[in-house]
Amino acid sequence: MATVEARGVSKSYQGRTVLASLDLDMGEAELICLLGPSGCGKTTLLRIIAGFITPDTGTVHVGGRDVTALPPAARKMGMVFQAYSLFPNMTALDNVRFGPRVAGQAKTEQVKRAGELLDLVGLAQHRDKYPHQMSGGQQQRVALARALAVRPDVLLLDEPLSALDAKVRLQLREEIRRIQRETKVTTVLVTHDQEEALSISDRVAVMNGGKLLQVATPSVIYRQPADAFVARFIGLAGILPGVAEGAAVRMSNGTILPADAAVAHQSGRSVEMFLRPEHVRLQRMNGHVPPGALAADVQEATFLGSLTRVRLRLPELPDHAGLWADMPSEHAADFAPGQRVTAHWHETSPHVIAVEAAQAS
Amino acid sequence: MSQAATTPLRRDGVVHKRPASQGVAGLILPYSVIGLFIALAALFMAAPTVMLAVQSVTDDHGFTLKYLEALGGDNIVVAFRNSIVLSIASAAIGVVAGGLIAYFVISPAMPITLRSAVTSFSAVAANFAGVPLAFAFVSTLGTLGMLTQGLRSLGVDIYGLGFSLFSMTGLTIVYAYFQIPLMVIIITPALLALRTEWRESSENLGATSGQYWRMIGLPVLLPSLISAFILLFGSAFSAYATAYALTSGNIALLTTEIANVLSGDVSSSPQTGAALAVGMIVVMVGVLVISAAFSRRASRWHK
Amino acid sequence: MRRFGLAGWTVLGLAGLYFIVPLLMTVSFSLWQGHGNYGFDAYRSLLARPNLLPSLIVSIELGLATCAAIVLLLAPAMIFMHLYAPKLRPVFEFIAALPFVVPAIALVAGLSVLFTGPDWLIGTPFYLTIPYFFLALPYAYRAIDVGIRAIDLTTLTEAGQSLGASLGQIIRMVVLPSLRPALIGSMLLSFAVVMGEFTFANVLLFHTFAVLINEVGQNAPTEAAALSTLSFLITWGAMLGVLMVGRGNAQLGGAR
Repeated sequence: MATVEARGVSKSYQGRTVLASLDLDMGEAELICLLGPSGCGKTTLLRIIAGFITPDTGTVHVGGRDVTALPPAARKMGMVFQAYSLFPNMTALDNVRFGPRVAGQAKTEQVKRAGELLDLVGLAQHRDKYPHQMSGGQQQRVALARALAVRPDVLLLDEPLSALDAKVRLQLREEIRRIQRETKVTTVLVTHDQEEALSISDRVAVMNGGKLLQVATPSVIYRQPADAFVARFIGLAGILPGVAEGAAVRMSNGTILPADAAVAHQSGRSVEMFLRPEHVRLQRMNGHVPPGALAADVQEATFLGSLTRVRLRLPELPDHAGLWADMPSEHAADFAPGQRVTAHWHETSPHVIAVEAAQAS
Repeated sequence: MSQAATTPLRRDGVVHKRPASQGVAGLILPYSVIGLFIALAALFMAAPTVMLAVQSVTDDHGFTLKYLEALGGDNIVVAFRNSIVLSIASAAIGVVAGGLIAYFVISPAMPITLRSAVTSFSAVAANFAGVPLAFAFVSTLGTLGMLTQGLRSLGVDIYGLGFSLFSMTGLTIVYAYFQIPLMVIIITPALLALRTEWRESSENLGATSGQYWRMIGLPVLLPSLISAFILLFGSAFSAYATAYALTSGNIALLTTEIANVLSGDVSSSPQTGAALAVGMIVVMVGVLVISAAFSRRASRWHK
Repeated sequence: MRRFGLAGWTVLGLAGLYFIVPLLMTVSFSLWQGHGNYGFDAYRSLLARPNLLPSLIVSIELGLATCAAIVLLLAPAMIFMHLYAPKLRPVFEFIAALPFVVPAIALVAGLSVLFTGPDWLIGTPFYLTIPYFFLALPYAYRAIDVGIRAIDLTTLTEAGQSLGASLGQIIRMVVLPSLRPALIGSMLLSFAVVMGEFTFANVLLFHTFAVLINEVGQNAPTEAAALSTLSFLITWGAMLGVLMVGRGNAQLGGAR
């Protein structure tokens, strides 16, 4: 229940920069996910907030108080690790009351508090079990209860779901969100799973190469990625490279494709057009390609239940161009592999990002 | 052997726990090798042990308890006491010193070269025992040892101050030379198995380093510490060469007493030696039983 | 990040002194010729001893014979047990633990009660191979067991059989090569144990290397120091071998 401000935080190991002067602001009771590929620095940032790593430069403030120099034990933060963090020699109850116990609370108080938290995570009946007698999901619930038992200002979750199987992961994810809303504790969750990040967060912070690329709500991250990395990393996106030309983008084969967003870029500028599969419509080729549409071949159709996802081959465009289209499965029979099609979309759908000189490929 | 190509998959797709059948002929060799090993163990380990037990309760006239009763004799009680005290003392030193060394050596702040130097030296020192070790210490701390002489030239006469390498104290110091590295080797894996998550969680929850060790580190390590202590106790308890070369029998220990009986240096009957040996085995079994009980209590949280 | 403070350096420094000083003193004592003179006299007169070479050879032969027993009997028995008779595992574990419960000196006592002949067996030093096999057993067993667990013998054998190999081919081409580090490790350990073994040899009156050191030590202390130095180097060599093949897994012998 406190704000968190990281200012100008950087860290490098043996000349390798892990975090490059990074700023992050969190509001009270907010849940932020640090999302990025492995090695992007997200865990380092979390551990700097927790106090396990001292940053080379920069400060961390919690609720306006500078905690940069404080040891982890003095920061009033609860942390949940990836796995195996429960003390193996203590029952669930003893694990949860550990924090109050070392804080010197009366035993009845400790047990009462621990009982409430085990209730909160739905494990009241497992209070006397040892960690090895519980499933991975139960262990993580106990770890969550234990972290909350100290009434932390900030809750830090380091890939808490990544060691669990898919079904448990989904359940626990919802439960973490519910508990976070109930307790209103400011929470940082590190993950490399974008679906997890999008579904659970108030805001998502996308990281790569030690930098924060974009901090925004899940829908903004999905609809308006700040740069090409975010667009590629979040969700599935078709990519069409070309040159901005008014409210359209010209492909290398001369095709002009509609994209309102291109007006933001100078005409003649190299850009990449990003299209989500749900925005792409397909028609069977009937002789000619209408203006504003793109000729393609169906390469593969993947049945996903209610939807079928079609992957397209773009024979006239460079290799790194690609496009996907989602359609209701009942229409999929028309689009078997090898079928010639035309792809088109509403002119407001594409997201257009200028290609940096260094990235141009 | 022609069936060797038989697939290990059953028709229902369940994998056999054992290799597919080799035919009866193919099993003769494996079972005879296993049989030979067990037979040798029975003949040369189990049978001699049983013989000792039998011999310790028989004389020319049949069953007797007099040899076992003779274990209550003064000098034998001294040997038992010396052996047990020496074993406990050197094991305790080994557990504490070896445990501390291992703890510091695996610290992430430890230079990696120093760490591997300590590991390999421990392997050597734990195996450098017996007569050579005894003489290494005679060369160092004996009456003419280099260190003794060096200290004497500085005006410190350690023998004049009451120290002797050929005493219980001296033996304990020498035994520590193999006990400590033994402990380093045994306990290092257990220390490495302490997860950093436990330490970080406890820190994060507000515990001090002392609280971490008292409430998590030591309780988790306790079963390993108990079994390490037992191993060290056993290694000192059965040590013979070091003590023999060092004390020439001046200090009565069970191992040297038995050897004296066996080599006819003293005029006791072989049955006395057998009774002593049975006594040693009983002590070892007793120590194991007690430690198993402690260990069970200490690891009740364990799988 | 744990800090490595004054306490750590103090403990390691004191331990370093305790372990290194006796070695240095032994080496310098072996070079001491009295009255402030140093030289290789002790080593020279040691080499001149007629019984040095025979006792060294006996010990080396016993070491090799014990290694052979480990590789030709213990290792195959353990492999077959894993493959065909996993129910015998507790029996094997019990046998491997026995030498720990029955101290060497007690085993000698028992053996001398039980076996008073025939002379072709107990009259030659090779008789010692039998107790040495059991002396080395707990350590060799551990090393080989770790090796077998690490390679998942059952799956390897099944994979080999499904590809059409016979059991003999599998053991020769798959199992033994993957167990090589464990086997070499257990052999070097056993060798180190035998080279330093004194109890059996002394009581049963065989003239091995360790017995010689003791004998020399009674009347020629500097020569004994020279022998201790040599013995330390032999142990060092064997353990270096173990560490190299075992990828850093230090093991324990037992010549105490």
